[in-house]
Amino acid sequence: MDIIQAIVSGVLLGGLYALIGLGMSLIFGIMKLTNLAHGDLMICGTYICMVLAANFTGNIFLALLITIGVMVLLGFIIQNGLVNRVIDKGSGPSLLVTFGISIIIQNLLLQVFGADAQAVPNTFSSSNVISTQYLTISSIYLLNFIVAVGVIVFLSIIMKKTYFGMAIRASSDDATAAELMGVNTKRMYALTFALAMATAAVAGLLVGMTFVFYPSTGTNYLIIAFGVVVIGGLGSLMGTLVGGIILGLAQLLGGYFFGTGWQLVVAYIVLLVILALRPQGLLSKAVRK
Amino acid sequence: MNQDKKILDINNLNVFYGDLQALHDISFHVRRGSITSIIGSNGAGKSTLLNTIMGINKPKSGDINLNGEKINGLQTNKIIARGVSMAPEGSLVFQDLTVKENLLMGAYLPVARKVREETLGKVYELFPILKEKEDQQATFLSGGQRQMLAIARAIMTKPQIILCDEISLGLAPVVVKDIFKKIEDINKEDGTTFVLVEQDVKRSLRHSDYCFVIVKGKIVMEGVSSEFDEAEIMDAFLGMS
Repeated sequence: MDIIQAIVSGVLLGGLYALIGLGMSLIFGIMKLTNLAHGDLMICGTYICMVLAANFTGNIFLALLITIGVMVLLGFIIQNGLVNRVIDKGSGPSLLVTFGISIIIQNLLLQVFGADAQAVPNTFSSSNVISTQYLTISSIYLLNFIVAVGVIVFLSIIMKKTYFGMAIRASSDDATAAELMGVNTKRMYALTFALAMATAAVAGLLVGMTFVFYPSTGTNYLIIAFGVVVIGGLGSLMGTLVGGIILGLAQLLGGYFFGTGWQLVVAYIVLLVILALRPQGLLSKAVRK
Repeated sequence: MNQDKKILDINNLNVFYGDLQALHDISFHVRRGSITSIIGSNGAGKSTLLNTIMGINKPKSGDINLNGEKINGLQTNKIIARGVSMAPEGSLVFQDLTVKENLLMGAYLPVARKVREETLGKVYELFPILKEKEDQQATFLSGGQRQMLAIARAIMTKPQIILCDEISLGLAPVVVKDIFKKIEDINKEDGTTFVLVEQDVKRSLRHSDYCFVIVKGKIVMEGVSSEFDEAEIMDAFLGMS
């Protein structure tokens, strides 16, 4: 594999990684909650989308829209019904709640779909946009990147330009002061979780179109999401994109220089180095007391 | 006193933190259009009182009436919608938001949001420095400017009454003077009622019409500010602490 090929593929893969980490970053940034179920919820979205596309809609895009709706509702219920009850009691209890959700989802998926590897059939994964002697760009990788950038830009606009986004940022900044402006911060948390699940639904579909998946795959993506969020800076949206691209690049360049077996090792060494040099992440604002 | 002159009327309020009683049988009222100060030392229960009025703390017994209607038990956003606003202690502004975004957050609830541009213009007239810095993040403001922002943000909610929690804390005397002057201006022009919670006895008396002294969660003195004897309040502070 050529180094140019590794760089291009790394950046494009990074886009998908960023989208996977986006919801996690959002949830952590706004309510300081580490959502251990993020990967599983995303894969849950993948399964829902797969079933809808295969049995009901016959159309991936329509299936995605319905999946987004289901995931938004699920996110709202998880935050409103479970996490909001314990979020005032420190980070421990809410962490455990998300861990519990993770276990439940993995086992439910195993129960319903079995342990076999699945894929979302589509035309993108088997075609190339560019296919020359020097460089190959597969359609699905390009699609992943474009959608990821689109979703991140869209989310940034919501956060920056709407009252809803402003209220979310205010709740994250100082919950008491936000309450004093009339914001129902717990409601904002639930809506944030719902929004994060919408991004997870999109990420889930793309992951399912790009790679095979099975009920326990969520854990792998949780680790990727962690990497993205930590490198990019917790809670920074543009940082998430940067974090994703760095992780994707590190993985493919690691594979190029040391062999495929070293891909993830190199990626996580890069993560550790960044963590040692800039613990707050690359694009995060300095941590305030 | 005539009932319709009371904007805020509090009766026999008891507030606890767990087993610890923070407020004992507090009763007082605030006249419409006045500047009323509540003086107390650190830990006297001043902030608890304000947080209870705003619905953040729930009282164990007693009632809080706004314009003759009971508001304790309501959610904070409902209380704000009825016209109570608070400039919190330590100039609690949204540091990552710009000055303008901070002000717009003040107009978050529907009633205020509808007229936000108009209120914003008025607030900028009152505090030109905020207009100048509208696109800067609030974290870059000086202490005095933050305090002004906190008051301006409270005005954005279109309140009838503004509760100010220790607005002079940690500020240079000349800045404090400026802020109190603004409060008097707003009070005169719009008839907005102010409740100023302060530690500084002298300043509280000078800038308010009516005054309550709170010691260890109890109201121990009250009267017209201009007739109050400063030494007497100091005695109350020391005698009971």
